[in-house]
Amino acid sequence: MSEQDVHIVPYKTFLMIWVALLILTGTTVAVAQFHFGAWNIWVALGIAILKSGLVVAVFMHMKYENRLFRLALFSALAILAIFIGLTFVDVLYR
Amino acid sequence: MSGHIHKDYTGAKFGMWLFLFTEVLLFGGLFILYSVYLARYPKEFISAGKELNVWFGGGNTLVLLTSSLFVAVSITALRRGAKRLCLGLLGATIACAAIFMLNKFFEWSAKIHHGIYPGSEHLKEMKHGEIVFFNLYYLTTGLHGIHVVIGALVLTWAMFLIKRDRVNANDWVILENAGLYWHLVDLIWIFIFPLYYLILH
Amino acid sequence: MSDLTATAGSDRGFFGEAKYPGIFGWIFSTDHKRIGLLYFWCIVTFFCVGVLLGLLIRLELFAPGETIMGPQTYNATFTLHGVIMIFLFIIPGIPAAFGNLIMPIQIGARDVAFPKLNLFSWYLYVSGALMAVISLFAGGGPPDTGWTFYVPFSAQTSTNVSLAAIAVFLLGFSSILTGLNFVTTIHRLRTTGMTWMRIPLFTWSLYATAWIQILATPVIGITVALLFAERVLGAGLFDPTQGGDPIMFQHLFWIYSHPAVYIMVLPGMGVVSDIIPVFSRKPAFGYKAIVVSSIAIAFAGSLVWAHHMYTSGMSDLAVLIFSFLTFTVAIPSAIKVFNWLATMYEGSILLDPPLLFALSFILLFTIGGLTGLVLGAAATDIHVHDTYFVVGHFHFVMFGGTGMAFFAAMHYWLPKIYGRMYDKTVATVSWGVIFIGFCILYISMMVVGIEGMPRRYYDYVPEFTGLNQLATVGSWILAIGLILMFVNIFRGIFNGDPAGANPWGGASLEWEVPSPPPTENFGEDDPVVTHGPYDFKNAGIL
Repeated sequence: MSEQDVHIVPYKTFLMIWVALLILTGTTVAVAQFHFGAWNIWVALGIAILKSGLVVAVFMHMKYENRLFRLALFSALAILAIFIGLTFVDVLYR
Repeated sequence: MSGHIHKDYTGAKFGMWLFLFTEVLLFGGLFILYSVYLARYPKEFISAGKELNVWFGGGNTLVLLTSSLFVAVSITALRRGAKRLCLGLLGATIACAAIFMLNKFFEWSAKIHHGIYPGSEHLKEMKHGEIVFFNLYYLTTGLHGIHVVIGALVLTWAMFLIKRDRVNANDWVILENAGLYWHLVDLIWIFIFPLYYLILH
Repeated sequence: MSDLTATAGSDRGFFGEAKYPGIFGWIFSTDHKRIGLLYFWCIVTFFCVGVLLGLLIRLELFAPGETIMGPQTYNATFTLHGVIMIFLFIIPGIPAAFGNLIMPIQIGARDVAFPKLNLFSWYLYVSGALMAVISLFAGGGPPDTGWTFYVPFSAQTSTNVSLAAIAVFLLGFSSILTGLNFVTTIHRLRTTGMTWMRIPLFTWSLYATAWIQILATPVIGITVALLFAERVLGAGLFDPTQGGDPIMFQHLFWIYSHPAVYIMVLPGMGVVSDIIPVFSRKPAFGYKAIVVSSIAIAFAGSLVWAHHMYTSGMSDLAVLIFSFLTFTVAIPSAIKVFNWLATMYEGSILLDPPLLFALSFILLFTIGGLTGLVLGAAATDIHVHDTYFVVGHFHFVMFGGTGMAFFAAMHYWLPKIYGRMYDKTVATVSWGVIFIGFCILYISMMVVGIEGMPRRYYDYVPEFTGLNQLATVGSWILAIGLILMFVNIFRGIFNGDPAGANPWGGASLEWEVPSPPPTENFGEDDPVVTHGPYDFKNAGIL
């Protein structure tokens, strides 16, 4: 595959993603002001995951890469999730 | 596929992504600790979290998100032949990095001035969960700050290569990889911000 | 080495074509074969240092009470023995030396994907090694915490733990970059016809290993960095007086260090998987199963780390779950053993030195693995945790396993790299002496461990004297065997008869190039692969 065939992301796309990121940032700050108890952290994490998804997919071009890249990223994140999860099997049940 | 001194665009990018995974796992260790201690000290994390200034944190978030925009656009600019625009945007990205570090300097100075830093006497008198929160805060944002500096240096080096046309519209993977590293720095902060500055309830 | 580089010309292959004069032709080279040899010689050197430290430990333990050193020196000796053997020999061992030397040739590539990064990896290795050596002599004295650096002691001791932490960080970074390089190389640089299912099993094992290197190693990086931070900055994330949890250090430490043992053993299994078919003159039985089991070991091995922590004070539920998960890792390992044996069944066996070492891998690793079940089962582990049973177990799998595989790789591939053959009779004798010494040394350990002798103790009760003395005698026999082996191999590769391109009748690509291989491995044109790596018929061997 020639480098020249690689998709060029238009300026406008980047700008729109940036605006979405700003809006999401504002949202997460706003939501944090409310009392959702234990849910606060999960909402905050959820918004962070959304923001990072946009950065990874568009800014980092992942949306246009081949499947292997996505599979590799998923593996890395899955392993981290497993590390955290199995650690909690200890920490939560002491 | 193989051959004498060849350029492998996809391979170079893949290698960079693999390196990014290692950075994710590096910070991942700190996030493991954060999650465990948050579960153990929910109230103290909130009381300590309130000591952090959401304007410093939020401001830095906006700075990094904008810097990510700049570096992403710089790649499109280079590929479309707008070399000067590319260099301008990269310069702006590095300026954002400087603003971020300046912000961080003020933020940390204020805290240190109040006696809140690892090993301080004041810290020792706090509740356990609060000590943990601040230790984690300094170590995580400190490690992140180191990566901001490294990222800025990498981007500076990319600018240098672009100026000499060594990186250009036909061969831009070095810029793309530098950009990927910078986006990672942004990504880590996207998680640091809510976990440290928005723990209010 | 100098007499080889002095001779120019194609009969010396890549040795005769240095980019820079003298030593710079080596330490500035980005040729994977030169880098592989740089690693090889460093690794063998550190192995010998580690052996020396082991012999000193055994001397001290020859009799109860003080024999040749005081308790502080003893603690430092077993710490250094562990740190050197693990971080400077076994973890880099097969991947950095033989992976670099052989893997690109096996897939038909000219070099790895990032040759300059490869050289940088070696610089990191040397820096880490230097730091480790400095920690021996600088102010506070060598670390005395054991290679596991558990807090709180490691955070408080005045010995050079901080320097050792830096060393481990550098070495980890070296390992990460090697892993990254290998994954990219195997994905991107396979030659025409080298499909995934034609890749030799050694390279497959390096692929699985490289993923562990990438995903697990950063965690030890952050762990030692945090230990450094606690010592130097007072940031006590593991310090109970600051609300920290010492068990969290253990979690973070073992999240890497358990997968690390698979970084150690998978390449060894890969060496065995390549040797057995060649010396049985039969294609590998269950090639796909061996591939899948390698990936399965890499994955399952990431789920079991807390079986090192049953007695640490973690929750009963964690003890239960990790014990259960630990049993699952045995399954893919067993699959490999069955496949190796089935490969040999009704094969035409050539009892040459590479096969002898490969066979002892299978036997000793299996024994080590079975003792691992005793340790993996939480109920029995309570009795043998931190006894010499554990020490016996891990020496069986790491030394009887990976160590033997490293020796097998030496006897199998060094004739390819240097183009000369060693004395096979002497090699066979050296193998026998090593095997006997090994068994006496480590079986004694396992017995004295079940009888209750703790590890990392400077002294022991008089009842344990007999077995300790037997073990020490075993260590001397082992050492004699090792000396014999190394002297024979080195004399062979420098002064032996020409080995020829294919002394063993292998069918993978490295046996089609001259010995030593030329600088870019293949001639003008890239090789085109038309058969599998164990297809002896179509390779013209049979």
